[in-house]
Amino acid sequence: MGALLEVSGVSVSFDGFKAINNLSFSIDTGELRAVIGPNGAGKTTFMDIVTGKTRPDSGKVEWGRPGRDLLRLSESQIARLGIGRKFQRPTVFVTQTVQDNLLMALKKDRDPLSALFYRADAVDLGKVEELAVEIGLQEHLPRLAGELSHGQKQWLEIGMLLAQDPQLLLVDEPAAGMTPAEREHTTDLLKRAAQTRAVVVVEHDMEFVRRLGCKVTVLHEGAVLAEGSLDAVTSNQDVIDVYLGR
Amino acid sequence: MSETALNTLQQRSFFLRNPSVLVFLAILSLLTLGATLMSEAFGIGLLSTSFIKTLGKTLCLCLIAIAMDLVWGYCGILSLGHFAFFGLGGYMIGMWLMYERTKDIVVESLAGQALPPTPEEIRDAIGTQIFGVVGGSEIPAIWYFADSLAVQLAFVVLVPGVLALGFGWLAFRSRVTGVYLSILTQAMTLALSLYLFQNDSGLRGNNGLSGLQNIPGLTLVPQAVISVWFLWASALALGLGYLLAAWVVSGKFGNVIRGIRDDEPRVRFLGYPVETYKLFIFTLTAVIAGIAGALYYPQAGIINPAELAPIASIFLAVWVAIGGRGRLYGAVIGAALVSLLSSAFTGGQVPDIPLGFATIQWVDWWTVLLGFGFVLVTLFAPQGIGGLVDQLVRKGDR
Ligand SMILES: Nc1ncnc2c1ncn2[C@@H]1O[C@H](COP(=O)(O)OP(=O)(O)OP(=O)(O)O)[C@@H](O)[C@H]1O
Ligand SMILES: [Mg+2]
Repeated sequence: MGALLEVSGVSVSFDGFKAINNLSFSIDTGELRAVIGPNGAGKTTFMDIVTGKTRPDSGKVEWGRPGRDLLRLSESQIARLGIGRKFQRPTVFVTQTVQDNLLMALKKDRDPLSALFYRADAVDLGKVEELAVEIGLQEHLPRLAGELSHGQKQWLEIGMLLAQDPQLLLVDEPAAGMTPAEREHTTDLLKRAAQTRAVVVVEHDMEFVRRLGCKVTVLHEGAVLAEGSLDAVTSNQDVIDVYLGR
Repeated sequence: MSETALNTLQQRSFFLRNPSVLVFLAILSLLTLGATLMSEAFGIGLLSTSFIKTLGKTLCLCLIAIAMDLVWGYCGILSLGHFAFFGLGGYMIGMWLMYERTKDIVVESLAGQALPPTPEEIRDAIGTQIFGVVGGSEIPAIWYFADSLAVQLAFVVLVPGVLALGFGWLAFRSRVTGVYLSILTQAMTLALSLYLFQNDSGLRGNNGLSGLQNIPGLTLVPQAVISVWFLWASALALGLGYLLAAWVVSGKFGNVIRGIRDDEPRVRFLGYPVETYKLFIFTLTAVIAGIAGALYYPQAGIINPAELAPIASIFLAVWVAIGGRGRLYGAVIGAALVSLLSSAFTGGQVPDIPLGFATIQWVDWWTVLLGFGFVLVTLFAPQGIGGLVDQLVRKGDR
């Protein structure tokens, strides 16, 4: 299988501070990957670059085969190509119902006229119901998203990502602030999602990463420090020095 | 909730999902009918013609308030320039009214001559009549279509629409948002107003267009009757505008623009072209504002560049804030209440208060009172009057 996303030699600096330093990273179709690294390692910035939020100073970001240059596209174009993103802080539309949140995310034409004349039919409502079951919120569809607990908001956001039906999911700290039981549910969700698409998960919690059971990339000071199985990277001396040993 | 229950929730008719629309239309019809029955022309004469005109104008202000609520309350774009579109709509219809009316007068006065006047003579006379005040007699090129009602009506929609489209395209494409966008829209309306103040703008400088209450071809119809016609036209436009706005915000489009208001980046990362949505709603509301202005100024009788002053657009935002943004009836309540109070206070209907050492003259003090009211609403009812209505309705449900 060829690379789905190929990031090569990317650098970006904020006011002279190099947040991403000649970073290269690639992920295959249908792969599940965990990204770890200390605070400020550049994990979120990496996602910002892939999703078009931050423009790098140099480097290439290519999508699919033949490689399509993502750096020329806007955030919404990149999203429509099939890259979904979950933010570090849960961001759902708190003044709208869970159902409306999911309907808005559902893969459909995104232009204003289509949205204007769109009315949810039984098929779409069925899909939303299915997603709600998947994320454990089927009882909460008519509730306002703002009334959900922190963990439920995180799941709703993951549900919205799934509704977009992306080929690549970028998930930033999905388990932050969750109870152990909620974490377990989240791991299962992500593993199931990764059966049909590529998923990149940023997480600090080692137990969580272990349960994902996938290849791990360690970022440090904006570059890849180590890559491999969790056991391999955790026994790597460099990684221990900068991250685990503290 | 079961799947079927959810299905019916989504598929119930538009009116069942939006009962407030029916309530609004009912109140509007009753008000219009009641005013007609109390008018001088068609009823018992309890309401003066000038009051009927005030009512009709108020309905037009409610219509532009709905546009403001759509663009600001729902989509989060605090445009402080929408009154410019309102004024442009007024100018576009005003050109036809003034041109045709002047033509009628000119033709009549030249009719006594031995030789029938040539078209050139008529045009020259019209030019002198209209542009004499700004020291001209040539009819400017922008008046080329002024004799065609159809074209000028098209301009009522097209001129504000195209201006909004161009302005919005530039601003949204460069990701100008928040207070910077508000400032930019203020600059737009200021520039337009200053331009119109110039004598060579082709629109009679600070004199503006006047005599707009006289409808060409209807000189024999008394103003009492025309005022009721315009009341009905304004009510119809407001009713349709309310329906359109309620429909626009009722479905997925409404959810997307609310999403843009609450969390713009999130909407972008869902794949929605946020700029296109903003442009769409900005242009649509500019067109609604233009139509509202085209109905307003024939009732006001005069339009001049001061109408497009930046402060007018700020007042518009104040009405919507007082009424409660993000709810259409809130915008209507705010616009109706504040503009009616404003004309009462500044029109001498409210007696001045002598304090011995000084007198509170409402003409001067009304703005202070309004500002005070605005502060009170912001502090104690941040959702506006509409928010209070919502709370009452919810209490009633329990
Ligand atoms: N827009 C920005 N302007 C200035 N500095 C920034 C910006 N975005 C990120 N940074 C800096 O870049 C570095 C990398 O930040 P980033 O958010 O990518 O780290 P992270 O790996 O996601 O950390 P965490 O684990 O805390 O979420 C940090 O030092 C941060 O302060
Ligand atoms: Mg981060």
